[in-house]
Parts: sequence; C-alpha cells; structure tokens
Amino acid sequence: MTASHAAGLLRQMVRIRRLEEKCVELYSAAKIRGFMHVYIGEEAVAAGVMAALRPDDAVVATYREHGHALLKGVSARAILAEMYGDVEGCCLGRGGSMHLFDKQTRFYGGNAIVAGGLPLAVGLALAEKMSGGERVTVCFFGEGAVAEGEFHEALNLAALWQLPILFCCENNLYAMGTALDRSESQTDIALKAAAYEIPAWAADGMDAEAVASAAARAVDAVRSGSGPHFLELRTYRFRAHSMYDPERYRDKSEVETWKGRDPIDSLRAALVARGELSDEEWAALEKSVDDEIDDAVAFAESGHPEPVADLERFVYSEAPA
Amino acid sequence: MKTTYREAIRASIRDALLDDDRVFLMGEDVGRYGGCFAVSLGLLEEFGPERIRDTPLSESGFVGAGIGAAIGGMRPIVEIMTVNFSLLALDQILNNAATLQHMSGGQFTVPLVIRMTTGAGRQLAAQHSHSLEGWYAHIPGLRILAPAVLADARGMLSTALQDPDPVLIFEHGSLYSVGGELADDAGAVDIARAAVRRAGADVSLIAYGGTLPLTLDAADALAADGIEAEVIDLRVLRPLDDETILRSVAKTHRAVVVDEGWRSGSLSAEVSARISEAAFYDLDAPVARVCSAEVPIPYARDLEAAALPSTERVVSAARQAVRHE
Repeated sequence: MTASHAAGLLRQMVRIRRLEEKCVELYSAAKIRGFMHVYIGEEAVAAGVMAALRPDDAVVATYREHGHALLKGVSARAILAEMYGDVEGCCLGRGGSMHLFDKQTRFYGGNAIVAGGLPLAVGLALAEKMSGGERVTVCFFGEGAVAEGEFHEALNLAALWQLPILFCCENNLYAMGTALDRSESQTDIALKAAAYEIPAWAADGMDAEAVASAAARAVDAVRSGSGPHFLELRTYRFRAHSMYDPERYRDKSEVETWKGRDPIDSLRAALVARGELSDEEWAALEKSVDDEIDDAVAFAESGHPEPVADLERFVYSEAPA
Repeated sequence: MKTTYREAIRASIRDALLDDDRVFLMGEDVGRYGGCFAVSLGLLEEFGPERIRDTPLSESGFVGAGIGAAIGGMRPIVEIMTVNFSLLALDQILNNAATLQHMSGGQFTVPLVIRMTTGAGRQLAAQHSHSLEGWYAHIPGLRILAPAVLADARGMLSTALQDPDPVLIFEHGSLYSVGGELADDAGAVDIARAAVRRAGADVSLIAYGGTLPLTLDAADALAADGIEAEVIDLRVLRPLDDETILRSVAKTHRAVVVDEGWRSGSLSAEVSARISEAAFYDLDAPVARVCSAEVPIPYARDLEAAALPSTERVVSAARQAVRHE
C-alpha cells in the first residue's frame, strides 16, 4: 500500500469521526432528533471498502450510514442539514439520520429495516448485469441482518444469477443489545456466505489497510465478472447503539479493550512509525477536517425547513413541467 | 377476436417485452412451468431465461430485487403467485417501493409493476383465497389496479409500465378462463378512472375485479323486476376515482358497494365513507355493503360460497336500498 493511499484512509476515517462527534454534540443540544446511530470505532470498514470503489459504483447501507454517505461523496453539509431536518439536506429533511440518499453519487440509503437493503442491492446489481455495465454494487449490513430471511434470499439470488455485488458484513458483535453468540447458532458469518457458493473471507475491521486490501481484491473479482463476493469485517462500536441506549448488555471493560484498538490511533501510529506521517501533516489533516465540519455546521445552522405546503409532494411522481 | 382474460394478460406482457428492452418478467415458475396460472406460457421460449426469469421461493428477495432493478433503470414486471404469498414481501413493498421517493426527497422513483392473483371461489382454502388488495390500497405511494374485463386485462399493463411509480395489479383467479370478444386493436387503457359498465338510474352498484361479473348478473336480475341499476367498475383502487362514484350516486341516490374483502376496515368501508362525506344529502337510503364473511375462507364448497358476495346478496341489498323510504 502506498504512503498516500494509507494517508488517504486515515483522512477518511478522521472525517467520519469528527463529523459524528459533532453529531453527538448537536444531538445533545437537541439540534438533531429522532433515532441516531453513530459509527465511531467502525470507521476502518467504510474507509477501507470505499477506497476500492469507483465513483460510479453503487452503495447500499444501513441506518448507521453517515460515514458511508460522506465517503461516497455526499457533502458533510448535505448530511448535517438532513439531520437538522432542513430542505438543504440531501433528502430535503424528509429522511433524517437513518435515511440519507443521494442519486448523484449513487448512494442508495440509508435503510432502517435490518436486511431490507440486501434485496434492493441485488436488484441494482441485476440491472447492471442485464444492461451490460461494469459498475459494482456494494451492500453494507450488520451481523444482525444475518438472522433475517432477506439476508439468505439475497445471497442465494446473487449467487444463482452471478451478480456483480459485494456484500460487506460489518460484524460489530451486537445486534442492538443482542450478542452474536446469543442470536446465531453458527457465529462464523463468512461460512454462511460460503454455503451459498459465494467466495467469502473475513478481515480485521479495525485495520483500515487490511480492509482496503481485502476489499480491493474482492471488488476487482466482482468487476471482472466473477460473481458476488462477501467480506466479513470484524469490528466494534465504541458508542451506544443509538442515543437512547444505556448499554446494559456489555461490560465497560470490554469496550475499553476494544478502544485500545481504535482504528484511527492504530493507523496514525503505524504511519508515524513508518515515517509516512509527520506532525505537520497530521496537524494539517486535522485542521482541514475541522474546517470541513465547522463549515457543515454553519451551513446546517443557516438551513430552513421545507414549506409545510410541500408535505404531500413526492408520494407520487410529478408530471414533467 | 375471441380471447380469454389469461390470454389477454399474456399478450400484454408479450407486447411490453417486444416494445422495451428494459422490461423483464420475474417470479416463481414464470418460465419453464409457464406460470402457476399459465399466464406466461410460451414466453420463455420466445424471450429466453434472462427476460423470463424464474426465481426461487423468495418473495421478499425477488420483490426487493425488482425494486432495485427498477431504480437501476430496468422496467421489471414481478409476478407473485397469490396475494397471500405477497405478505412475505410486504416489507419491501411498503418500506421500500412505496416509501423511497418520499423518503429521498423525490430523488428516486420506483417504476415497478407487481402482478398477483387474488380472490376466492376455487376451493383453495384459507391460505390461497383472500382479497387483500384493500390493504395495499391503504398505502400512499402505490397505484392499485384491478382489471375485471378483457380490455383492462389487455391494456392496463402497458400503461402501468409507463408509470414512474410502483403499480400493483390484482388479477382475480376466477377470471383467468373467462372468455369473450376483444377488439383486434385493443391496447393501452387509462389507469386513472372508474368505468360505468352499465347505466341505470335507480341504484349504484359499485364493484371491482372478481365481483364485477356477479354484480352485472345482479343488475340483470334487478332489471327483470323493473329496477335499473348502474354498475360502476372501480378498476383503480388507489387513488380512487371519487368523481365517477359521486356522479353516479348523485343520479341514483342509492349505493351498494360489493367487495370480496372482509367488511371491517375494507375498501368498501372507504368507498362508503367517501360517499357519506361527499354525497350525504344526495342519499335516499343508507349505503349498503356486500362483503365476504369475516372468516378465513374455508375449503368446503358450500361454506366457501356462503362466505363470498353473491348475485343473490347483491340483488337483495339493492332491493332493500330501493325500497327504503
């Protein structure tokens, strides 16, 4: 991996982290409402996988998708304004934190039904295959989705039809408060994918370089026509499931142990040790990210709610003017 | 030409496949088997397995894939064997197909057509016989169609495929073998308006789908008694064509709504409520309803028949409305 590539991964993870730290602050200040789920601790997964994609590849994600949207190219401004519920948001404020969408960057949500995005992603890949394109569809979901029927239906369809899709299971060990070994009789998730004849392997989801390398291999295989692939990224969520979670289901010591493997700290330390990141470069990185987030906050603060008169728009398509 | 409801639908699918490369048919046994009700018989041989795509028994999976393919630029026609099975795909239909456009602030539309069989009358018992189209008609973002006549069986699909939004077409199982004359040049029809299938001044009989034939029979029986019934075929269950319904009621002052769904919380309740809200002072009698008995549809022939709307029940309800002072 080149130095600039690794530094890029670090920068992308810091962008997600700073955006979401700000989101938590703004949530506490009641600027953001509804359910909000942050990705803090899991950034290496989105950063590593997204680094393997082309701009016109499609991404389907979950309700913990601020980071995926940001790295797919949705601006921090549009994301934050969406969470403010303002018309300047990427969905005019109609979706909120759990439903970020952006047609231009081919970001297809933002799905708050666990496993609900998998069949949709299969369909996007089917359309791509039928129309002879070479764009890849990447579908992110948590390990909780593995217990849903839609997970199995989607993997089976993708394998039967040899579709150009990469399934990325973000295994953070807890489906809300239910630990993996309390919800799955077989906890080796890659093995389940392999049962559908889908090439599947696991990678360390706390190591952005490891994720990037696994994803590059998988995306190349998908794009070259080798059919669906599956990655299990083993990671950990440092914060609560949502803003309403008292975290009775896991020990603080477990969380602290995982925080010792913070993907940002780890990569930063590795880059410094390899002589690929100077103090000045780190400071410049932090400064540019802080500027981006400050600008997004200012943008969201100056936003406006959509007029109530527009409430019933976009239920059905409007006739072209 | 002579045709059947089944053949008319098949011809409409064939036309769509010929007209637009983006169209494909997907569902359980639509290909090699020829369709559970033989609607797609012969299409696999003509169009091949990419476009007549057999799926595993994964209703949520392939309906969701249809939604994704529609967003991805295709024009899928998804067939679900029966409305009871569609419940396995309800998550995708409600949480994705009907919702994506609004939730995304208008960025994504879902030009998907889902066809499914509905209704009873064939002794298929309680997991293959229900009429749940009224549930779907509850959902904003969907357009719900119920072809009852050959021209609609032939013409609704092509208009539905032009619609940028998701359209569900409910085909009543008892209609597939119904035959009749259809114009040689029959083609696209509107999917916006109800139709007056028989004009009359004494009472409005409002039906759709599988209940239209028995309602027309009831109108014949009433005519023999000197009662001229007007028969409205709703055709489009969402959005409802209030104007056609209200115009008829303003003329006849009496309405009987015929609906194979259960009475409580049904489409007939919605139609009745709209008449009460908008035409209360036009009415000379309470709005009457003829619906299915509130039981799971039984297998036994006599019990099944007793559970369903019948010509006799419609005649009786209409007579009562006309006698009402």
